[in-house]
Amino acid sequence: MMRVSAARMALYVISALVLVYLILPVLIIAPISFSSARFLTFPPPSFSLRWYQQYFSNAAWMQATRVTLMVALLTVVIATPFGVAAAYAISQSKLRIMRLFHMALLLPLVVPIIITAVGIFFVYAKVGLVATMPGLVLANVMLGLPYVVISVLAGLQSFDPAQEMVARSLGMNRLRSFFAVTLPQIKSSVVAGGIFAFISAMDETIVALFISGGQYQPLTKRMFTALRDEIDPTIAAISTLMTAASFMLVLLASTRQKRGG
Amino acid sequence: MTTSVPDPSKKHLRREHGLMLALVSPALLVILALIVLPVGWLAWQSIYHDGFTLENYRRVFTEDVYWRSFALTFEISLAVTVIALLLGYPVAYLANSVPKGWSILILSLVVLPFWTSVLVRAYAWLALLQRTGVINQFLRYLDVISEPLALVHNTFGTVVATVHILLPFMVLPLYATMQKIPNDLMQAGASLGASPSLTFMRVFLPLSLPGVLAGCTMVFVLCLGFYITPELLGGGRTVMVSMLVSRNVELYNQFGAASAVAVVLLLSVLAIFFVVSRFISLDRVLGQK
Repeated sequence: MMRVSAARMALYVISALVLVYLILPVLIIAPISFSSARFLTFPPPSFSLRWYQQYFSNAAWMQATRVTLMVALLTVVIATPFGVAAAYAISQSKLRIMRLFHMALLLPLVVPIIITAVGIFFVYAKVGLVATMPGLVLANVMLGLPYVVISVLAGLQSFDPAQEMVARSLGMNRLRSFFAVTLPQIKSSVVAGGIFAFISAMDETIVALFISGGQYQPLTKRMFTALRDEIDPTIAAISTLMTAASFMLVLLASTRQKRGG
Repeated sequence: MTTSVPDPSKKHLRREHGLMLALVSPALLVILALIVLPVGWLAWQSIYHDGFTLENYRRVFTEDVYWRSFALTFEISLAVTVIALLLGYPVAYLANSVPKGWSILILSLVVLPFWTSVLVRAYAWLALLQRTGVINQFLRYLDVISEPLALVHNTFGTVVATVHILLPFMVLPLYATMQKIPNDLMQAGASLGASPSLTFMRVFLPLSLPGVLAGCTMVFVLCLGFYITPELLGGGRTVMVSMLVSRNVELYNQFGAASAVAVVLLLSVLAIFFVVSRFISLDRVLGQK
């Protein structure tokens, strides 16, 4: 019995250390962002909001924030209906080729993002989409699609298509029966997929590094450039805000997913 | 499931197929235009420049810079995968063996960093590991060291931050697989007189191997293409393949060489997925996030 508990003890200790390792970097940023010190000192000498002030009063950071929010919003608006329609077709159709399409829609998760980024850069350079808003949005729609498709497919798995048949046999057309019968039941999965697409667009960095420029640079690109040059605590303030936003969205998505569907 | 179609005529079926294809086509077009076409373009560009040429591939396979970078990338990916497995297995095991409330807590702590931007975490690791960073200050305060340790801007820093980012991809498939191992089997082993460590080695561990394979595949493959972390934490010395691609594009305008490197990287990833798919379903590997 003694040896069991010793092994058990070791398991607890190792797991606890690993969890600290996972969480520490996420937790360390907030105190740095509220510190008055120019250079990183821990614990911070005194509380201050100067880095937040610096962020909100800097025109370049604000413009980048607008770009990020706009891109993420447009990405959701486009990727969600596209993804829902595709997931619906994949789950309901008996066509063999749908399996292939399903795999194609997961490609953005399989191809290393650096390869996608360089490829898109070459294509955009030919058609003049580099450093444009539509170019940035389109790339993020592509990257966000798998999240919507995966989430909605999972929702549709527990949905009985016979219900839609009933609605149609009662005289509803296809579109109306989808909106009246199917959509309400998979709503949570759709919302969750949309939220994941939003977060994906908000965090996306590598593609933006290659294809964005001028006034259409998202936050992540500016942050990356800033991090390469020097460590500016303004980034800690932005990071804290981004992390808070992500967590709230994930919380929203997971409570929605739990409510069935 | 009995889905009786109201009118099972051929015409109806054709319309049904047409509708389904129409529904899938917008998403499919986006994928075709923004990932299939660009990757195809890369492949084409790697072999065609005013005529067909294998010059780019000759360079990738013979020049030292390229070789070293590929070797380094595979070494780092292997190290990261092994470390992630060693760190992730106990956590998944613990989450699987404690009451539900605790396992939810543990898994939340695992997924929490998952939803923090990679960039934010790179910043956090810089803050922790740099010469004047939190860890060095702490160790000096304790008088453990007199000179700050070089913890970042090298391969060490890259590995620490990369494992951190990829660990959830290891823990989640491991946990999912362990969940499906019936508890009775362990009890059966114990009732037959096996010690806990023996039942673990002979029963639990082998049954958890599909999860190990799924987790290792995901971590290894993601690590092969990692860019932000080595770029920011590697200090310019740890040149991984992804950085080779970006430098060839941004600094040297060597589009052909960049494309060839990208193609070799992509083929490596696809080959790994292909081999793994012989053993386990790929849904298991990809379905995590």
